[in-house]
Amino acid sequence: MSLFLEFSLVGLASGGIYVLAALSFVIVFKATNVFNFATGEMMMLGAYLFFFFDRQLGMGWAGGLVLALVAAALVAMLTERIVLRPLVGRPHIVLVMVTFGVASVFRGIAGLIWGPNNQQLTELLPRTPLFLGDVLIPGKLAWGFVAAGVVAALFIAYYRFSRAGTAIRATSTDQVTAESLGINIGFVFLLSWGLAGVLAATSGILAGSVNGVTPQLGLVALNVLAVVMLGGLTSVGGVVIGGLVIGWLETIVGAYLGAAWQSFIPYLVVLLVMFVRPTGLFGENRVQRI
Amino acid sequence: MSEQATAIDRAPAPSGAAAARKVETVSWVLLALAIAGLPFFGSVYTLYMACLIGINVIATVGLNITVGYTGLLSVGHSAFLGVGAYVSALMWLHLDTPLALNIVGGAVAAFLVGIVFGLPALRIKGVYLAIATLAAQYMLYFVFQQWTPVTGGDRGLSLPKIDVFGLGDDGFYYVVAGVAFVTTLAARNLFRTRVGRSFIAVREKDYASEVLGINVVATKLVAFGLGAAYAGAAGALLAVFLRIVNPDQFTLQVSIFFLAAVVVGGRASILGSILGALFMTLMPEFLRFGLETAAGPGADLAGLLSPLREIIFGALIIGFLIFEPRGLVGLLRRAFGQVEEIDANSEH
Repeated sequence: MSLFLEFSLVGLASGGIYVLAALSFVIVFKATNVFNFATGEMMMLGAYLFFFFDRQLGMGWAGGLVLALVAAALVAMLTERIVLRPLVGRPHIVLVMVTFGVASVFRGIAGLIWGPNNQQLTELLPRTPLFLGDVLIPGKLAWGFVAAGVVAALFIAYYRFSRAGTAIRATSTDQVTAESLGINIGFVFLLSWGLAGVLAATSGILAGSVNGVTPQLGLVALNVLAVVMLGGLTSVGGVVIGGLVIGWLETIVGAYLGAAWQSFIPYLVVLLVMFVRPTGLFGENRVQRI
Repeated sequence: MSEQATAIDRAPAPSGAAAARKVETVSWVLLALAIAGLPFFGSVYTLYMACLIGINVIATVGLNITVGYTGLLSVGHSAFLGVGAYVSALMWLHLDTPLALNIVGGAVAAFLVGIVFGLPALRIKGVYLAIATLAAQYMLYFVFQQWTPVTGGDRGLSLPKIDVFGLGDDGFYYVVAGVAFVTTLAARNLFRTRVGRSFIAVREKDYASEVLGINVVATKLVAFGLGAAYAGAAGALLAVFLRIVNPDQFTLQVSIFFLAAVVVGGRASILGSILGALFMTLMPEFLRFGLETAAGPGADLAGLLSPLREIIFGALIIGFLIFEPRGLVGLLRRAFGQVEEIDANSEH
């Protein structure tokens, strides 16, 4: 029983990283209606940027972290400006397909610059394990969860209470009305991609500081989509819960059934959720049916 | 655009369209001749590439039926290739059935599996269905990899060498070419039938076509299954061609390869599927050749090749979607002076 409790806590902790990536995904989807399949690659690129500034340019972890987040935001904003802006108004299927192209380019660039091997990032998080009673949680995971929680909370607060956050929410409710009320839609798109870049990079850096980073990190992170579908595409609160559930599920499944099942179970859950409740647990009823 | 327009318009065709029809017929005949004559002057390498292109054409046509014509985004296409490959290989190994039956078996199996994963389309549409196909990709990969007693796990299945018509490699090439030609022609004619037209109608406005008496749900399922069946046939041929079936042939990247072929060739165009598959299959070869020429002999390019491939894949998808939504077919039509307006609203 205490073993189960331990796995559960470890799982919830690793779900924290998913929550950040899922938030990155949701903010882009809410503001711009783009289903961003490149979210995982934005995580991966963020981790590499941290590696680049911190290790390769020798700026130390603090400077490297700040520069990596800024660079990740810039890359995301450039992507919006160069790739997605010209496609505004085109059908959904085009917008989705183009993010596959973006993902592929990011993966290729990372492979070209940093090679296929795993690169170890500076360990940002203390190793010392945490004890809750007689349950042990690895230090990196615990502190990673705390860090993810803080960033997520900051983001949600910004999203709820700031002017820009309100503009994003207005845009996601009704683009035309928002525009006619004087909200600069182009700015909102850029801002939401920039925020998404920062969130994804944070998530990637946290994930990378536990396991290192390879160009394939983005593909692994597609599990994030399971999180998003579970929580509901449009619900910020939903993806937080979805992230924790998927993280928990993966760890439990990995512990009791073996690692191979880990990449399978989240998708099984997604399929089941979609059969029963296509909007996810907390999503708006935006799904059209026929 | 013009392909559907000529198919849908019942008005007397203007002379330009009649000429285009004639050009089309002539190009199909030329294509058939070129396919039939290739073994007489092609090297072993040419024949190898031709087989690969043929297989990829079948799979790309299938994906184009689902994505291009019906507007259902599928990002799990390679998993359906896998279903076809495994089923046909197992039929061959355990039942010793002839090749033709194996191909049909692979296609039918992929059709059924495709229908199952298309079922979410009953309730959802758009990007949600894309996620369902992503789930198909991961779940089928998992089955291929983990069901070791049947699929051989990571090591996969090894197949004996096949000799069709006693012609050796030429014989198998003719099989691939024949299947590719027939399936492609069938797909082209499909869109002149009621079923094929209903695919396009559903893509354009599904509720409107429901009102017109088209069973939208059934149409989507059939379109989805049909695309998967094409993939299954391609997978069955791939298994015989490579003589090995293992899970790593059917990853998400391979699905993206086919998606890229559809986008680059031209969505909702059979000629586009052929061009796209041709271009995307040859591109890595050109890339390798170009790099080797540029770097000189002995250079280690393995590390460069695969990232460059990914960048070019992605750039082609992005570039065509932004600048030439009609794909290579659009470029071709423009080169031959067929002016067409690109209307974002009529696009899918």
